[in-house]
Amino acid sequence: MTTQTETINQKMLSKNARIGLFIPCYIDMMFPEVGIATLQLLERFRLNVGYPLNQTCCGQPMSNSGDEVNAAGAELLFVENFKSYDYIIGPAGSCVKQVRCHFDVIEQTADVKHIRQHTYELVEFLHGILKVDSFPWAEFQHSVAIHNSCSSIRGLGIAKPSEIMGVPFDKTADLLSKVKGLVLVPVDRPDDCCGFGGTFCVTDEAVSARMGLEKAHDHLRHGAEYVVSPDMSCLMHQQGIARHTGLALKYIHVAQVLNGGPF
Amino acid sequence: MSNANQVDPAKAAELFILHDQIHEPMHDRFLWATMQRRDAEAAAIPEWEELREIASKIKEHTLTHLDHYLEEFEENATKRGAHVHWALDAAEHNAIVYSILKDHGVEELIKSKSMLQEECQMAPFLQNRGIRVIESDLGERIQQLDGQPPSHIVFPAIHKTRQDVARLFARTVGTDPNNDDPHLLTEVMRNNARPRFLAAGAGMTGGNFAIAETGTFMVCTNEGNADIGASVPPLHIASIGIEKLIPRVEDMSVFLRLLARSAEGVPLTQYSSHFTGPRKGGELHIVLVDNGRSRRLGMPDFWHSLKCIRCGACMNTCPVYRRSGGLSYGATYSGPIGVILDPTFDEFKYSELPFHSTLCGSCTDVCPVKIDISDQIFKWRRVMAEKGYLPLTKRLSFAVAGRILGHSEEYHAMESLAGPAMVLAPHFLLYNRSLNPWGRSREIPPIAAQTFRNWYLENRSEHADIEQ
Repeated sequence: MTTQTETINQKMLSKNARIGLFIPCYIDMMFPEVGIATLQLLERFRLNVGYPLNQTCCGQPMSNSGDEVNAAGAELLFVENFKSYDYIIGPAGSCVKQVRCHFDVIEQTADVKHIRQHTYELVEFLHGILKVDSFPWAEFQHSVAIHNSCSSIRGLGIAKPSEIMGVPFDKTADLLSKVKGLVLVPVDRPDDCCGFGGTFCVTDEAVSARMGLEKAHDHLRHGAEYVVSPDMSCLMHQQGIARHTGLALKYIHVAQVLNGGPF
Repeated sequence: MSNANQVDPAKAAELFILHDQIHEPMHDRFLWATMQRRDAEAAAIPEWEELREIASKIKEHTLTHLDHYLEEFEENATKRGAHVHWALDAAEHNAIVYSILKDHGVEELIKSKSMLQEECQMAPFLQNRGIRVIESDLGERIQQLDGQPPSHIVFPAIHKTRQDVARLFARTVGTDPNNDDPHLLTEVMRNNARPRFLAAGAGMTGGNFAIAETGTFMVCTNEGNADIGASVPPLHIASIGIEKLIPRVEDMSVFLRLLARSAEGVPLTQYSSHFTGPRKGGELHIVLVDNGRSRRLGMPDFWHSLKCIRCGACMNTCPVYRRSGGLSYGATYSGPIGVILDPTFDEFKYSELPFHSTLCGSCTDVCPVKIDISDQIFKWRRVMAEKGYLPLTKRLSFAVAGRILGHSEEYHAMESLAGPAMVLAPHFLLYNRSLNPWGRSREIPPIAAQTFRNWYLENRSEHADIEQ
C-alpha cells in the first residue's frame, strides 16, 4: 500500500495525451453539475477528454470496509474502462486515493500499475501537471472556507497537514486565489476531519454528526458564505447537517468555482 | 447486532456524546488545545521531521535485533545488582510480582502509572490475594477510586470534569462536594497519598525506555510520584514490555525530545529518572514482559505498532477519539493506537474497533516514531472482513453492491429503472444500524433530475468513449 502524505510526480503533459474523465458514482447521481463543471473546465484547456460510459464505482465503499472480495469486481471494471488513457482525472480526493493507494489487493498487472500511477485528483492535476495560473472566465464574489478532505491532504498531499512540520502549502487555496472576487476565510480547524468517513457516517452516526456540526459552526463563525472542497462526499455530509440544523451555509465543489458554474 | 463479548465503540461513544452538553465538548477542547501546544513545540524544532525518522529507525533496528538487546540489557542490569525476570504473558507477570511481594511480606503496594500493569490486570490479581494496591498518579488514583480503567494513556481521567472529581472525592475521601477548586483537590490527594508512600512495603513503576548498553530504565512523570514510590519503600519492582528496549544511552537524546512534546506539548516531563540498579540498601526487580509482543513482531502488517512510545499524540489528534472518550473503546488501549493494538489480544472482541475511525490519517502524521497507524487500521478492517467479523448488515448489502458495481450493464439498467436515489443512493446510506442513521442528524442529499452520464449522452454523444 502506498504510504500516506505522498506527493505526486511532476510530469509533463504531452499534447496528444488522452484524458479519461472519472466521475464517481455519487457525483453522477446526486451532483451531475460537478461532473459537468469538471468536464467543461478540462475542455477549456483544449485537452482530449473522454468519458468511458461503462464506469460505475471505484470500489471504495467495500474496500474501506475491508471487504476486498466484493470490491474486486468494481476495481477490475474500473481498470478495464480506463486502461487506455494516459491520465485519469476525477473530481474526488477519496475516490482517487482509493484507486492510487488501495487497488493493491487485485493482481498488479501492467494495466493496474499504469492506472495507479496516472490517476489524479482534479486540483493536483490543475496545480501540478497543467500548472494553471489563471481562470479568467471565473468570478466568485463570495467569502469561501476551504474544506480539503483528509484523503486529499494526507492521502494525496494537496495541502500540508498541520501535524507535519515544514513550509505550509495548499494547492486548492492556490487555485481559488486566482478567481476574481473570491475571498478566502481562515478557519480554526482547517484539517480536522469533518466526520464523513464513508460508511463511518452511518455506522458511527453520533460521532460523525457531532464532528460535522462542529465543522459547520467553525465555517459559520468565520463568516464563510460558501464551503468549497475538492471532495463532494464530505460536503454531502456537511450540507446535510447544516440544512438539518438550519445553518445558512452553501456547499459547492471547487470545479464549479474554477469553471464559473454550473451552480 | 453486537455479540455480548464484542465491544461496540459506536454505541458507547453515542452515550458519551448524548450524556450531557458538558463532557464531550470539554474533552474535545482540552485535547485539541494539547495538540495546538504540541504543534507549536514541534514547529520550534527545525529538525522535528528528521527526529521522527531517526526515532523510527532506532526502534526498527532494535525490534529486528530484539533478542540481542534484551540479553544485553539483562546482563548489564544484573551486573548493576537488579534482579531480572522474564514473563511470557500476563499470568506469569502477575505470578512473578506476587511471589516477590509474598517473599518480602508486603501487604500494601504503591504504584505509579503503568499501561503494562493495566494490560496484565495486575491490580485486581494482587487485591484478590490480599495485597492492597494504591495508585499514586493523580489521574490513575481518580480512576481507581471510581472503579474505572484509565481512559487515556497519558491523561487517565481526562473524560472527567473537576466537578466529577469533587463529587468523587467527597464520596471516597470526604471532601466538600461543592468545592471543585483544582488546587484544593490536588492538595487533598497529595495529603491522602503521603502516608501511603510511608506505609507501603513496595513501590512499583513501569518503564518508558530500557537501555541495553547500561541496564538502565527510564521513567518519565510529571508528579514525581514514581520517584517517591521507587525511593521510599525498600523494594522497587518495575514492569517493562520487551518492546521498550533501545540500544544506547545517547538514543535518549532523540526520544526525550519527542516524548513530552508529542504527549503534552511541553519540552520535557517534570521528572525523567534513570534507574540503574537498586539504590543503596534497597532491592530492585525488573520484570520483562512479552504478553503477545513477540507474536505481534511476527505479523508483517502490524509489527510496526511495537515502535510505540505511548505518548498518546494519536489520541489527542484523533477526531473520533476526542468525541468518543477513551472508555468507549472498552479496552486497555484506546484511540488509534488502541485500535491497532487491541485486536492482537482478541480479534473477535475488538473486531469493531477498526471501524471506529474515519481513516483521516492524522494519527500517522503525528506519530513521533512514524507508525503507519491509519494504514494498519485499514488493514485490520481487511482482517475482520476475511474472518467474517463484518457486521451482517454490511456484508449482505456489499454482496449485492459488489455484484452490481462490477457489471456496467446491470448498474446502468437499474439506474434508469428506479431512479438513482433508490438504486445506488449510495448504498452506504441504505444499510442501517438504527432507523435511518443518515437522516437523524442530516437532511437527505438532493437527487438530481438527470445523471451526469445522461447529460453527457445528450450533450457530448459525438465524443462518447465506449471501450470494447
